[in-house]
Amino acid sequence: MPGASQPLTDLAAGSKAVVAALKVAPEHKPRLMEMGILVGTVVELVRFAPMGDPVEIKVRGYHLSLRRSDAALVFVKPS
Amino acid sequence: MSEIKAGSVPYVALTGNPNSGKTTVFNALTGLRARVGNYAGVTVERKEGRLIWEKGDSAVSPTRDTPVIILDLPGTYSLSPQSIDEQVSRDILFHRVAEVPAPSLVVIVLDGSNLQRNLYYATQVIELGYPTLVALNMMDVARNNGHEINPEELSQALGVPVVPLVANEGQGMPELRRRIRDMATRGTKRTLPRTFCELPIPFGVEIEAVSALLRKNTPQRQTSADAEALLLLSDEKVLSKNTAHYGADLEKVVLQARQRLEAAAVEWRSVAIEARYARVAAIDQAVTTWVDPNRESFSDKADRIVTHKWWGSLIFVAIMFLMFEGIFWFAGYPMDWINAGVAWLADKVSSSMPPGDLNSLLTSGVIKGVGAVVVFLPQICLLFLFIALLEDSGYMARAAFLMDRLMSRVGLHGKSFIPMLSSFACAIPGIMATRTIESPKDRLATILVAPLMSCSARLPVYTLLIGVCIPAINVLGIFGLQGLTMLSMYLLGIVGAMAMAWLFKATLLKGEPPMLILELPPYKRPVPKVILRHMWDRSRMFIKRAGTVILGINILLWFLATYPKSPEISAKFESDRSVAAATVFPALQGAAMDKALADLQAKFAQPQVVTNSAEAALLGMFGGMEKQKQGEMLRHSFAGRMGLLLEPLIKPLGFDWKIGIGIIGSFAAREVFVSTMSTVYNLGESDEVTKDLEDTLRDQKREDGSTLYTPLLGVTLMVFYVFALQCVSTVAVVRRETNSWKWPIFQWAYMLVLAWGLAFVTFQGGKLLGLQ
Repeated sequence: MPGASQPLTDLAAGSKAVVAALKVAPEHKPRLMEMGILVGTVVELVRFAPMGDPVEIKVRGYHLSLRRSDAALVFVKPS
Repeated sequence: MSEIKAGSVPYVALTGNPNSGKTTVFNALTGLRARVGNYAGVTVERKEGRLIWEKGDSAVSPTRDTPVIILDLPGTYSLSPQSIDEQVSRDILFHRVAEVPAPSLVVIVLDGSNLQRNLYYATQVIELGYPTLVALNMMDVARNNGHEINPEELSQALGVPVVPLVANEGQGMPELRRRIRDMATRGTKRTLPRTFCELPIPFGVEIEAVSALLRKNTPQRQTSADAEALLLLSDEKVLSKNTAHYGADLEKVVLQARQRLEAAAVEWRSVAIEARYARVAAIDQAVTTWVDPNRESFSDKADRIVTHKWWGSLIFVAIMFLMFEGIFWFAGYPMDWINAGVAWLADKVSSSMPPGDLNSLLTSGVIKGVGAVVVFLPQICLLFLFIALLEDSGYMARAAFLMDRLMSRVGLHGKSFIPMLSSFACAIPGIMATRTIESPKDRLATILVAPLMSCSARLPVYTLLIGVCIPAINVLGIFGLQGLTMLSMYLLGIVGAMAMAWLFKATLLKGEPPMLILELPPYKRPVPKVILRHMWDRSRMFIKRAGTVILGINILLWFLATYPKSPEISAKFESDRSVAAATVFPALQGAAMDKALADLQAKFAQPQVVTNSAEAALLGMFGGMEKQKQGEMLRHSFAGRMGLLLEPLIKPLGFDWKIGIGIIGSFAAREVFVSTMSTVYNLGESDEVTKDLEDTLRDQKREDGSTLYTPLLGVTLMVFYVFALQCVSTVAVVRRETNSWKWPIFQWAYMLVLAWGLAFVTFQGGKLLGLQ
């Protein structure tokens, strides 16, 4: 299904997408947004840590690391 | 609004995101002469210093001599705090910390290479309405990343002056200092109230209402009521955590306002964040020229390797290995010099004054006692140097990234790794580093286990015991057994900490696994001056301890080990001595006998002089008697009685009462064990040739004549030291950090139980296996 959103963690390392929805818990959501991850923001999945967790993403020009389980709640769609 | 009062010392708050180079800017403003303290009640570091005036600050202003105080606030992402660090920043900016005056100027440090997220916080602070100055840092990194920022346009967009900087090279610093001095002392008018987020109309209406109430409740305002109203409405936690400050009427008004907003389909939690980011992105677009948007930065390239699946892990292990190997190798030489210096000084002092109690106090209690601890200064300096290098280069964040998976296995997260690693140097900075951990339960769990990491104060104990007990042989041809033992002790501490963290997180501090939000900042070339300063600041704490706490404990221990004296024991040995002397010199008596014995002693000091065997045997007997006398005197002393009292408790661990004295002595500070042993075994020997403490210990025998310091005993004693919380400073910091006695007492108790239990298992298990 073209245009459907998928978890950020399903992206291949090195690819970019646009945030479509933030399905994280309400208490975590504001800080994630304050760090610049908003609906409509372009994010790049840079890499996974050696043991597959956490993930490193690039957002608004800087690098941020999130747990895989949290990043999986950020839904993205192709830009 | 009001003008800054003339006459009071201008107080400048320096704030900004973590990793924005704020500390570098602070150092350049205050010339590395900052005073580091703490805020009352929390261990968040309070760093402030006076603005310096340098020759390069060309434009001589008439206010040159006026003192200006710069306060470095902890790095902060937002005015809605998630950690204690951020809370302190917020409270100071809202002038809620009684001890800190309201700032007369706020300087915001912006990372030019990461403009949007930095502007998010900067615009929040500008909205507060203080006279504000923006220091636009890392212009070089931005340029290298392929974009140019126009400072004038940024200044227009923000409505406050902007000074471009490359702080770590000092570029722009004279201009920044001049602007700060001028703005802080001239009584700058407050900036006009402005806002950087266009909100939906219903939200605006609610802000009006809350703002009016705030103005009515607190007419004497330092900050814009509108900005505070916005935070109150959109940050869920701010009210629940400050009910006392705001009062019930305000809380009611805010809760009702949120209900109305929800009815109007306004997402009050996120709408302000979205609006602010929209504005910030527009500002970024307007002031930035992209020269080469696709350039890969140095950090990006470096991280391909440093955080690579295999290479990254390999590099991590290599760095840790290098760090610990380096500490032991490089420190060896200066340690030998210090040892030699201490021995020389003790001999000089001892020979320049008559023998007696004062002589003994100075040489055994003071010089050798403190010297035994100071000798570890090189190792501690190196450890702090490595940690400062890892922190300032940006590698610490990568280490946390690499280690998060392991830490999450025990319920902690990557951010706990930094406090744990710092605890290898000292649990105190380690515990203080926990303040960036957002979740209170995680923070507490990290605090509880941090002292299990083998800190630098254990190093003297391990080094001494390994030197005495563990033979210097190789296993499997290449690995030194002594080095392996040392490594095992460190590993034991790590495993213990992980196991306990897991246990605490599974029981006492059960909770949702916290969210990890970890920034990976660009790598930076560390500035040697700053690194050395870091190292020195922390090492100085150690020297101060050696000069105060440890010196005090040593003098007390010397007293306890010397008194009460027993005339009976002295008299008994004096008569034994005379009897023995009379067999060799039957004709001599009184003063003539003393002279003959002194001559004999002097003769033996020169090995080439051969004397008859009867005289040699006599001196040998005297030596043996002296040792026995000291042993009996010590047993008779306060310390000896305490050790004997403790003996039943530590006997199952294979320890004798002398080790008991060492353990008692080191309950306030572990490294005192070494100086205690030195005091306990060297008392009264100051008039003889100084013997190495290691040799002295190696000669110790049990009552049945077997060697006391066997490998098994050494390991058992070290295991005890790995787990026991013998450090008053740590207890005090934990008390301050957790704001109760409950946790430090709990921590002390669980670690003592663990220490005794595991030492028992080690010793008894070792004996069962037939080990020695």
